Amino acid sequence: MEEKILQLKEKLESEISKVTDGMALESIRVAYLGKKGSVTELLKGLKDLGDAEKKEFGQKVNQFKNEIQQTIDEYKTKLAELEVQKELEAAEEFDMSMPRMVARGSYHPITLVQRECEAIFKSMGFTVEDYSEVVSEYECFESLNIPKHHPARDMQDTYYLENGQLLKTQTSAAQNAIYRKYKDALVNDGKPIKAIFPGRCFRNEATDACHENTFFQMEGVMVGKDINISNLIFFMKTMLSEVFQRDIKVRLRPGFFPFVEPGFELDINCLICGGEGCPSCKHSGWLELCPCGMIHPEVLKAGGIDPEEYTGFAFGLGLTRLAMMKYGVKDIRDLNSGNLKSMEQFAE
Amino acid sequence: MFLSMNWISDYVDLSGLDKRDLISRFSLSTAEVENEIFYKGSDVEGVVVARIVSVKEHPESKKLHLLKVDIGAGEPVDVVCGAPNVREGMKTAFAKVGARLGDITISPRPLAGYVSNGMCCSEKEIGISDDHSGIMEITEEVALGTDLKDLYEIDDIVFEVDNKSLTNRPDLWGHYGIAREFAAIAHRPLKELEVVDLAQYENLPKVDMKIENPLCQRYSCLKFENIKKNISPVNMRIRLYYCGMRGINLLADLTNYLMLEMGQPMHAFDSRKVEKIRIKTFDKPFTFTTLDGVERNIDENTLMICNDNTPVAIAGIMGGLDSEIVEDTHTLTLESATFDAVSVRKSTVRLAHRTDASMRYEKCLDPEMTVKAIARFVKLLQDIDDGVTVVSALTDEYAFHYPKVSLDFDKNYVNRYTGIEISDEHIVDTLTSLGFTVTKEDSNFHVEVPSYRATKDVTIKADIIEEITRIYGYDNFDVHTTKAPLYPVRSFSMKTLEDKVKDTLVKKYALHEVHSYIWAYHDEYKALGIDVEENVKLINSTNPNIETLRRSMIPTQLCQVKGNFQYAPEFGIFEIGHVVQGLREDGLCNEKKMLAITLFSKEKDVKALYFELADMLSVLMSDIKHKKITFESITATHSYEHTKNLNAVLADGNKIGEMGVVHPTVGKKIDKKAAIVFAELDMELFDKVAGESIQYEEPSRFPEMTVDLSFVTSCYKPIGDAIAEIASPLVKNVVVTDTYEDQDAKSITIRILFSHKERTLTREEVTEVTDQLIAILDKNGIQLKN
Repeated sequence: MEEKILQLKEKLESEISKVTDGMALESIRVAYLGKKGSVTELLKGLKDLGDAEKKEFGQKVNQFKNEIQQTIDEYKTKLAELEVQKELEAAEEFDMSMPRMVARGSYHPITLVQRECEAIFKSMGFTVEDYSEVVSEYECFESLNIPKHHPARDMQDTYYLENGQLLKTQTSAAQNAIYRKYKDALVNDGKPIKAIFPGRCFRNEATDACHENTFFQMEGVMVGKDINISNLIFFMKTMLSEVFQRDIKVRLRPGFFPFVEPGFELDINCLICGGEGCPSCKHSGWLELCPCGMIHPEVLKAGGIDPEEYTGFAFGLGLTRLAMMKYGVKDIRDLNSGNLKSMEQFAE
Repeated sequence: MFLSMNWISDYVDLSGLDKRDLISRFSLSTAEVENEIFYKGSDVEGVVVARIVSVKEHPESKKLHLLKVDIGAGEPVDVVCGAPNVREGMKTAFAKVGARLGDITISPRPLAGYVSNGMCCSEKEIGISDDHSGIMEITEEVALGTDLKDLYEIDDIVFEVDNKSLTNRPDLWGHYGIAREFAAIAHRPLKELEVVDLAQYENLPKVDMKIENPLCQRYSCLKFENIKKNISPVNMRIRLYYCGMRGINLLADLTNYLMLEMGQPMHAFDSRKVEKIRIKTFDKPFTFTTLDGVERNIDENTLMICNDNTPVAIAGIMGGLDSEIVEDTHTLTLESATFDAVSVRKSTVRLAHRTDASMRYEKCLDPEMTVKAIARFVKLLQDIDDGVTVVSALTDEYAFHYPKVSLDFDKNYVNRYTGIEISDEHIVDTLTSLGFTVTKEDSNFHVEVPSYRATKDVTIKADIIEEITRIYGYDNFDVHTTKAPLYPVRSFSMKTLEDKVKDTLVKKYALHEVHSYIWAYHDEYKALGIDVEENVKLINSTNPNIETLRRSMIPTQLCQVKGNFQYAPEFGIFEIGHVVQGLREDGLCNEKKMLAITLFSKEKDVKALYFELADMLSVLMSDIKHKKITFESITATHSYEHTKNLNAVLADGNKIGEMGVVHPTVGKKIDKKAAIVFAELDMELFDKVAGESIQYEEPSRFPEMTVDLSFVTSCYKPIGDAIAEIASPLVKNVVVTDTYEDQDAKSITIRILFSHKERTLTREEVTEVTDQLIAILDKNGIQLKN
């Protein structure tokens, strides 16, 4: 019996060393440990032995059986490792230099710039308002202290419609409605009016690389008790520094707009030359960026707000201009062209 | 408008101050100065007064002369000169050897065989006028060799103010008004203008003059005789030239000079032609020739200056050719008037003729200025030509007075409006230096606005704030944030909706956001066979191609797709924009905000593309509102719509938009083979769809079961209806996994997902449902495919 075990052991060792795959290993397992396997046969032969021998050999055969199982298991693990190794060796190394077609959408640059501005103002407690594109003369002019014969109302600048309405020439056209919307909260709860209103504006003019008849502005107003010129300068400087992501130097010059008093032209130090003077700023070091001012008392009155009690500031930011500056768009007409070769570049 | 620092310095002593710095402070405190500053005379050096001692013909040239020129030192120099007006004894401007004129340095140089040691100069060569007809003649008694710059104001600093920034400042249209600003900025006193006392003529006869139309606010005039001089002094001509005007003759120059000095336009008539001045309009249109020789159409709204019934000038714009000063004019009538600003502006627009005078009148000039301007004119004229006699009394009709403006405010108002502390002293000094009369009692200020600021410019307290702060300097402001109570800020649902829609379409579906115009492009529509539908029109479009507003954004997008048809084999565009769909009942435009999407593909068939678009709309609704949309067939009503595949898009059973396949006629014009589909949703209606919030449902812990069934049909609707009819709670989801259709066979394969929350499903209960489905469909003639 003992001899038989030894023989089998040797046989197993020689057989198993030749195994290269799982199938062969399995057939070895069956050949030894299967129902009709050699070890199973040995165990069956035990019944013919005496009790003492049965016990002795029984232990040995069982031990042998366990050893075989262990050897097979080890081999199994080894084979699996070998297989993975083979797979790794056979694997293809990818050529990452290959150009690929990737479907990417894009936002209109105005959307991107507008979102940035909105985020800045929202963070400072401003609401974002929406307004129509067709407005009345009252909204666009009279409520803004622009009297009947003011040159701004000339036919050549404004697109008038058959029904007497017009395409808004400035986002300021929303001011009156916004004052009316929030004046009760201002008066009753002391909530200052803080709103921005981005929107599309129209001017009846010939288009070229610098002029468009359809463009975007963003108006902002803040009305409350004691809102003053110092606050206005603070907000403009803060907002522009956030927009351009750097500390912006601003300067104010008197500017005349009927709906503000005092009115200002706000210049920022040229972003291209930093104020040294370059062709972009016509060598002045400054760029005229945004008209602003303290809201004219008549405009507040038209909005149902008592100018003796409340003051406020307003500003207008050319979103189209800002987008052009930010992305280096040279021809304003590209923005409304719908040309996807232009538009696809504004993925974000 | 060009401004001369020399001229300004006549009225305010700016000595010892950096002029460039002053100009930039002016730009920050008053009005925008163009960036380029002109240092006149800086390129002229070494030009002296010289006398031509002798003139000889050049032996070989008819034009050239050989001169000997006395330059006040040493022997006369030999000069070759081609000017036609050379003559012996004449004094002229002479550029010596070594002199600089612009880029040229004068050196001895041979000219047609003779050496010229210097150059006799024309006024143009010295840069003081555009006269190049001959060399300059100097008449002043002055030593030879005197530097020309010591004789004339050639050196000057000239800057340009942007006219637009003076729109609301009628007082700044002359040097004197500008000087007032410099005086305030520099804290230096402003000198009074020297004038004659017109009262001395009050016993002379008056001019026959009458205002017959209220559009003339004030008309002042005076008659002169015996003017001997015809040419203006050199310094006056230099100033006019530096400020962009040409010297003409003494009278014309002097009226221009007055206009550039005080901002008051003036006009001189030949008195023979204006014996009876009447200011009026005419009942009927007529033509009138202005002194520039142009015949102009005058209508019944244009105010005219007339000699009784004969028009002689367009009020505030330009004089007539017939009444112009001519060589034998002996007596002249000087007009100094103000007219209604709006009327002048409208006439200017009608005539399409803007002049230096009308530009000023449009700004609401101060009527107080007319008489003072005459008194100043007489002073200047008599200084130049002492033989001039005044032959009439001042004749002045002052028909319209602007109301006097006085304003009261307290210190607290200034503090509140500015947000900084400005001293009483600064307030009083600033306002006083700008011509306001200020009285102060405790912290209350009473201000009388000067007439030249009271025509429209300064009317309210806030205007005073501007005066105080602009001179204080915005750069000097202490800048701080607001003190205001804090409240949460809510985003509006429309804004959120727009952002979500854009994000989904860009990020998930890789569409491109585009912008377009609100009107229909007639030509582009026509090229694609799209009708421009009747809609609200622009009444003053200069471009006939863009007269009509668009009713829908789809035609716009089809034009844009056409423009991009070679961009890629497959792409999609979208825009959230506005359309106008006719007028509402109240007569206002029915404006709507729309989302438009157009997909283009040469790779997918139209059906696949159409379903892709439907999926997009479904995802938009389910992601944003957690609601389902449904589709309903509708009839095409527009030229670009497919007659079969056009659907209303519904949410909660209400139509929120449409989607469709492009009409083949239009589609083929864009691209012969591509599939093109579109959708347009009304954003207001989308926004109004009541959104569901997310209701969490715990997933079943028991295994689900799927069953695939194929039916012989090409239409899903009866299948969907049957499933709805059975309404089994076990059915969790149904999707179509395959559709097949060719000439011989057709089928739709669906996959039904079954699940139960509390237990494992049995084969029997699932089969019960599928059997029911098969039975219902079988009854309707739809067989299960084997």
